[in-house]
Amino acid sequence: MSIPLLYTIRSVRARWASNLIAVLGIAGVVAVFVAMMAMARGFQRTLVESGSPMNAIVTRGGATTEMESVVTLEQEKIIADAAGVARSADGRPLVSGEVVVVTAFHHKRTNSDALAQVRGVSEDALRVHDGVHIVRGRFLRPGLAELVAGKNASDMYTGFQLGDTPRFGGRTWTVVGIMDSGGSAFDSEVWADAVVLNQTYKRPADIFSSVTVRLTSPAAFSAFKSALSADPRLTVQADRERDYYAKQSGAVSTMIRVLGFLVAFIMGIGAVFGAFNTMYSAVSARSREIATLRALGFRPGSVVLAFLAESMVISLAGGLLGCLAALPFNGLTTDALNWQTFSQLAFAFRVTPGLLAWGLAFALFMGFWGGLLPSIRAARLPIATALREL
Amino acid sequence: MVRVDGKGNTGALVQVRSLDKTYQRGSQEVHVLRGLNLDVERGEFVAFMGPSGSGKTTLLNLLGGLDLPSRGSITVDGDEITHLSGPKLAAWRARHVGFVFQMYNLLPVLTAFQNVELPLLLTRLGKADRRRHVEIALDLVGLSDRLDHYPRQLSGGQEQRVSIARAVVADPTFLLCDEPTGDLDRKSAGEVMALLERLSAEFGKTILMVTHDPRAAERAGTVLHLEKGELVEGQGGS
Ligand SMILES: Nc1ncnc2c1ncn2[C@@H]1O[C@H](COP(=O)(O)OP(=O)(O)OP(=O)(O)O)[C@@H](O)[C@H]1O
Ligand SMILES: [Mg+2]
Repeated sequence: MSIPLLYTIRSVRARWASNLIAVLGIAGVVAVFVAMMAMARGFQRTLVESGSPMNAIVTRGGATTEMESVVTLEQEKIIADAAGVARSADGRPLVSGEVVVVTAFHHKRTNSDALAQVRGVSEDALRVHDGVHIVRGRFLRPGLAELVAGKNASDMYTGFQLGDTPRFGGRTWTVVGIMDSGGSAFDSEVWADAVVLNQTYKRPADIFSSVTVRLTSPAAFSAFKSALSADPRLTVQADRERDYYAKQSGAVSTMIRVLGFLVAFIMGIGAVFGAFNTMYSAVSARSREIATLRALGFRPGSVVLAFLAESMVISLAGGLLGCLAALPFNGLTTDALNWQTFSQLAFAFRVTPGLLAWGLAFALFMGFWGGLLPSIRAARLPIATALREL
Repeated sequence: MVRVDGKGNTGALVQVRSLDKTYQRGSQEVHVLRGLNLDVERGEFVAFMGPSGSGKTTLLNLLGGLDLPSRGSITVDGDEITHLSGPKLAAWRARHVGFVFQMYNLLPVLTAFQNVELPLLLTRLGKADRRRHVEIALDLVGLSDRLDHYPRQLSGGQEQRVSIARAVVADPTFLLCDEPTGDLDRKSAGEVMALLERLSAEFGKTILMVTHDPRAAERAGTVLHLEKGELVEGQGGS
C-alpha cells in the first residue's frame, strides 16, 4: 500500500503558512483564467442566444453579415410564401424584412463615440423575434420616427432612455420603448421602422438587409432552405438564425480565449515556480520524515506519489480559491466591439460549472508540474544521510 | 553465539563478511569500516559500543539496508542484501527490519496509532487486523491509553516507546536500535531498556543496539566494541 493520504493532507495543513504563497499564486492564475474564459463564453452565448431555433435568416448569397447583404421587397414576398414558413392566426406569414445601419452614438463608459447597430424592422418583428419583449413604453408605430432601444443600448449610450429624443441620420427620433431580449445581441441594438430608416439614410424603400422568418418547427428548416435554393428567382442563402449569430461571435470570442490562454500560461509559469519552491522547501524541511518512511520500507515510487499528492492538494486549494474569486464575475455586464458587425456588443460574463472544472483542472496541472521535480528529489534522498539531519 | 572472526556457522541469522565502508570527503577517503565480520544468531541481544565517529551508525545502516557497503557482504536469514537495490531493498526492510532511532522519528502529523500502523500498510493485513496488531503493540509498550495522541503530546520516553511499538508491530526478523536511550533521562531510559530486554527475553526478538550508555549495554547478552573499523568482543561479552 502507499503512504496514506492522511499524511499528505495533514502535512499540507501543518505547513499552511509556507504553502499559502503557492496557493495564492495558483488562485490568481485560476481566477484570471476563469474570468477570461467566462468573458469569451459570455460574448459567444450572447450572440448564439440571439438566434432562435425556430428562425431562419435569409441574406444575399455570399454575404457573411447583414451589412453586406441586400434582399429586395420582391424577393421577400417569394421568401414569405416558401415552404416551412409559419403563419399567424390570420394567415399572414411571419417574416420580418430588416435593414441594418451602423452609426456612432455617444458611449457613456468611455465618453467617446462608439458604433451601434440600428435595425429597421417590420410590424411583425416581435412575433418573429419572440424572445424580445417590450419592458417599458410600447412598440414603435410604422411610418413614424420612433425608436425602441435595447436595455443595454439604453444604458450604454447617452440619450436613449425612454422619452429621449436622440438625433442621428439627419433627423430627430423619439424613444418610445425599451426592449429586453434576455441578454442577447438585440439588447445592444436600437430598433426603428424599416421604411423610415431607409428613407432617413436615403436608401431605396424596397430594399432590406435581411429577412428573418419564423419556421413552423425547427425541423422545417431544410424544407425551407431547399425551397429557396430551388427557386430560380432567388439568389439568396438561408441560415439557421442560431448558426448565423454563432458565426458572428467567432473572431472576438476566439481572440479573448487566445488572450486568456496566453495570460494564464505566462502567469501559470510563475505559479508553477511558486509551487515548485514550496514543495522543494517542504522536501528539504521534511527530509528526515521522508527518510523514516523509506526506512520503514515505503518505496521510492510511494514517496513520489505522496509528494505529488501534496502538491496537488495545495494546487487544488489554490484552484478552489481562484474559482471562488472568479465567481463574482458571473453576470457582470460589460461591452466590447464585435469586429464582425462593427458595433458595440454588451454581454455578461458567464462563469459556468464547466469553466470552473477547467479552472480546477488547470490548477492541478500546475500543481503537478510544480511538484514533480521536488517529489522525485524526495524519493532519491539518500536515506542514511537524511536520517542524520536534525 | 556472537562471533566477530568471520568463522560463524552458516546457520547464523546475520552474517557479515569483510565489510568495508569508505566515505569520500572531498578528495579524502575516510575508511570507516575495514573488513568487519559479524555473526549473530537468532534471538540474541547485541550491544555495539565505541567512541563517537567510530562507525556504529554506519554499521547499523548497512545492516538495515539503508546504505550500501563499499565491499563485503551482509546476509540476513539467507538473503544476501548487498546486491538488492531500490524498491527490492525497500520491500526487504519492510519485511525484516524494525528500526528504533535516537530521535524516535515519529511522523509529527500522525497519531501514535497511525504511526504504529505505518509498517502494517506494507503488509497484506486488512483494516481490522491492522487495528488489532497496533493495539497489541501499543499495549505491549504500555501506551494503550495514548492511541490518539500526537508525538508532540507525548514525552520523549513515550515517543520512544511508540517507536518501539512501530518497530515490532510487523514482527520483523530483527530490531536495529541506534542509541535508543541517547536522548532520554535516566528513568525513561530505564523503561525503554526494560522494554527491549523483555522483547528479547520474553519474545525471543533478535536485537542489535548501538549505545554509549554502559547501563544500557549491560542489559544486552553481548557487548561488542567498534575499534579501527572492526568489531572486538568487550569485557561484558559472552
Ligand atoms: N555521508 C557521509 N559522508 C562522509 N563521511 C561520513 C558520512 N557519514 C558518516 N561519515 C563519517 O563516518 C564516520 C562514522 O560515522 P558514524 O555516524 O557511523 O559514527 P558513530 O559511531 O555512529 O558516531 P556517534 O557515536 O557520534 O553517533 C564519522 O567520521 C563520520 O564523520
Ligand atoms: Mg551514531
